[in-house]
Amino acid sequence: MQGFIDSLLATTTTGLSRELAYLGGMIGFGALVVFGFILPMAGITSWLERRVWAKIQSRVGPNRVGPGGFLQWLADGLKNLLKEDVIPEAADPTLFRLAPYIVVAGFVAAFVAIPFAGSLIIADLNIGILYISAVTSLVVVGILMAGWSSNNRWSMLGGIRSASQIISYEIPAGLSVFPVVLLSGTLSMQGIIENQGWAPVDWHMFHSPFTLAAFLMSYIALLAEGNRTPFDLPEAESELVAGFATEYSGMRSLLFFLAEWGNLYVIGAIMATLFMGGWQVPAFTDNVVLLTVAQFGMFFAKTYFWVFVAMWIRATLPRVRVDQLMSLCWKYMVPIAMVNMFGTALVMVVIPEGSRLMSYALCGLMLFGLVRFGRRVNYHLKRSRRYDTVGAIMPV
Amino acid sequence: MSVEIELAGEGGGLATEEMVLNMGPQHPSTHGVLRFIVTADGEVMRRAVPDIGYLHRSIEKIAEKVGWHGFMPYTDRVDYVAAMTANQGWAMCAERLGGIEVPKRGEYCRVIAAELGRACSHLLGFGAMGMDIGAITPFTHALREREMINDLLEELCGARLTFNYLRIGGVAWDLPPGYEEKVLRFLDRFELAVDEMGELLSDNRIWVERLAGVAPVPPAMAMAYGLAGPNLRASGVNYDCRKAHPYSVYNDFEFDVPVGTGEKGELGDCYDRYICRLREIRQSSRIVRQAIEKIPDGPVIAKVPRNFKPRAGDCHVVLESARGEMDWYCASDGTEYPYRVHIKTGSFTAMSIMEALSPGLMIADLVAVIASFDIVAPEVDR
Amino acid sequence: MDARAIHKLLANEFGDGVGNFVEQPTEPHIEVDATAIAKVCSYLKENGDLNFEHLSNLTATDYLEENRIRIIYHLHSYKHARWLTLKVAVDRENPHVATLENVYPVANWLEREAYDLVGVNFDGHSDLRRILMPDDWVGHPLRKDFQEPSHYHGISTVRESMLTINRN
Repeated sequence: MQGFIDSLLATTTTGLSRELAYLGGMIGFGALVVFGFILPMAGITSWLERRVWAKIQSRVGPNRVGPGGFLQWLADGLKNLLKEDVIPEAADPTLFRLAPYIVVAGFVAAFVAIPFAGSLIIADLNIGILYISAVTSLVVVGILMAGWSSNNRWSMLGGIRSASQIISYEIPAGLSVFPVVLLSGTLSMQGIIENQGWAPVDWHMFHSPFTLAAFLMSYIALLAEGNRTPFDLPEAESELVAGFATEYSGMRSLLFFLAEWGNLYVIGAIMATLFMGGWQVPAFTDNVVLLTVAQFGMFFAKTYFWVFVAMWIRATLPRVRVDQLMSLCWKYMVPIAMVNMFGTALVMVVIPEGSRLMSYALCGLMLFGLVRFGRRVNYHLKRSRRYDTVGAIMPV
Repeated sequence: MSVEIELAGEGGGLATEEMVLNMGPQHPSTHGVLRFIVTADGEVMRRAVPDIGYLHRSIEKIAEKVGWHGFMPYTDRVDYVAAMTANQGWAMCAERLGGIEVPKRGEYCRVIAAELGRACSHLLGFGAMGMDIGAITPFTHALREREMINDLLEELCGARLTFNYLRIGGVAWDLPPGYEEKVLRFLDRFELAVDEMGELLSDNRIWVERLAGVAPVPPAMAMAYGLAGPNLRASGVNYDCRKAHPYSVYNDFEFDVPVGTGEKGELGDCYDRYICRLREIRQSSRIVRQAIEKIPDGPVIAKVPRNFKPRAGDCHVVLESARGEMDWYCASDGTEYPYRVHIKTGSFTAMSIMEALSPGLMIADLVAVIASFDIVAPEVDR
Repeated sequence: MDARAIHKLLANEFGDGVGNFVEQPTEPHIEVDATAIAKVCSYLKENGDLNFEHLSNLTATDYLEENRIRIIYHLHSYKHARWLTLKVAVDRENPHVATLENVYPVANWLEREAYDLVGVNFDGHSDLRRILMPDDWVGHPLRKDFQEPSHYHGISTVRESMLTINRN
């Protein structure tokens, strides 16, 4: 992206005005990305989440605004913008106002290093993945701020839970990145993707059993970092009312949820990038535009697959307790992630070229697991259909 | 204001301040208007003191003012989640004092209605419990089935929540034509659906971890604190009022009483209470099936004078409501108004055990414990 | 063992503490003295042939004309599936009875309720506060001579009929 702006400006201006134009261009482009892509995408994710839940819970879900309720997110956003912004008298007003922005900034900043296609990335930082895990931690500052400044014990408990949870799960999440970094030899997001191929056997995920385990660890840890069920303790609505967001209303409260839905995309994008070959597609054409569109589609599909899985998990699983959350992290995930890291290094020393056979075997194993799972899902679907036909719905 | 901070705590560690949390009266997981004053050290509770009375509608006082027939709709409000059994308690009180024999068909209608109501209530308890632990899907599935039961009960008596179906001496209306087939068709579906809902949670690892071994109530404690119904049976006490002191026509039916065994954790823990309640739904549907099969012909209501005046005296009626043994004490002075009515409900005693159970639990556990006792606030306060 | 036999047993054991056996068609019961109730209940609970381990219900009724309050105890034995009713009559002006809290923990709340609504004082109770009514409520609502105050904290307790409001 930098290069694009550079080339645009190279011919026109020089000196200070060039720098200003450069700044303006970056801000303008940033605003375009935030308002044109990130926020609508977070909103649409909220609609999608509600539809997916509704499907799972045998309800209808939002279906009034736009086709299939597609514009529900816009209506909700408008409604929340128009709502009164209540700030409790006992709250610390400055921090209370600031907190939602910090949370949103934390997740929006992650998009700087997230690739969309081979040539579409805002900035291909050479420390890409490190940068992402650093800026997403900004969210915890915002949440803690919100929890403390609300001057409400429920909020405070939520904030503290969130802080301890995110800080703890940073460790397995970070450790699970190491195997990938070892394999690709770079921290850059594009570099990691380029190290993989389009075929599943070439994905980092199937490089060795350790990377496969790292992949699972990574997803679980990222779910926990994103405050998603079964780790949604900070806002556990049945325990802590709404956790750190209890005292928030209107747009400020919506910003927290926007960050949560946006974070889902970040989680999916990280998974797709690190382990699933990112935007890699077979080179079917020389047309750059077409290829970029295909790459974008591929990346988006992979990302949204993980977003969907997160929604599915949320609609299925209950919430863990805070001590179970911690014991899961420190007693199981951290040691396993450690083993993964050293295991991958060991594999790389023993078979530097990597073993195709192992990759194919792991691929087959995964496929077998998926087929088993699919059959089980099918069985349950059939069974629930049976009772749906047995007792026709009562006349109301 | 000066604050003194004591730095050395027990065992030489850093002293921490205990936090007093006010859980309720408005809180998402208190199932109505309950309040707990929770003293917590971080996430761990020192104790939780229930404070009740927010839903006190002085139903006992109302009874003294509205007369025997007129009190029936008020009994719905004692426990609006399972209103049929509350209806039945009052009807049984009046009948015992007035020496009224209920026609057989009337009793069967009562059983069908009460058991459907029990299933309804347990479904809500099951769903709400899932919700409280953070599983959102079972709730909607449970409510879907509950809606159908509500439809059935609506067809029976015209109301979906506060039924006012029973009358002193029988029931208000006979079963509508074709009702039996409709109920049987529903039960065919319902039993499969309940099994599926159970599978969704019962063996879920997180669910079991959250409930097993949490707040176990040993049998002696359960009896001492007067726990009732599924809560008592979860502690391993095999006592069901319908079996031990059969009232109405419960003698005619075969059904099992699910008793807790501590299958996943300790005896009488939250999981046992959950699983007992779930299994009871199946037993209710079994009773309804038998009742529909055996229902005799005849009138559904005995002749009761409009100006009903039972003889002076008092009586004590016990029946099995969805939340356990419901004790009705009723005194009459021979006039058209009851002299004194007292209702002791399962939720009331379940609330009273809370303070004894709470020390050492976590705040998240308190939510699970409230849900596992299936406490319904109006029933606590009446 | 029916209620009459239990009465005989209790009368032998406690003498004057246990009063008459009242044969009533709907509710046969044993009258017990206010001071003896805790001992009687603990005996009924511990006795191996009786096993009344469950206090099923505890309530109080105000009998204005007799100038008495009767406290009614419903005991239940899970083991023998048997009920027993005990009644304690106390003076209306100064109702005092021993607490059962130490025999049956459930009595704690039931006694608080009886205290709150009928105004019976349970001697030795650890925490005899109002339970259902607000803490600052005056009087005991289920007493027969209870007059409802017209206002509570400035809120009228009388509501005009909706029919008359709409007519204006």
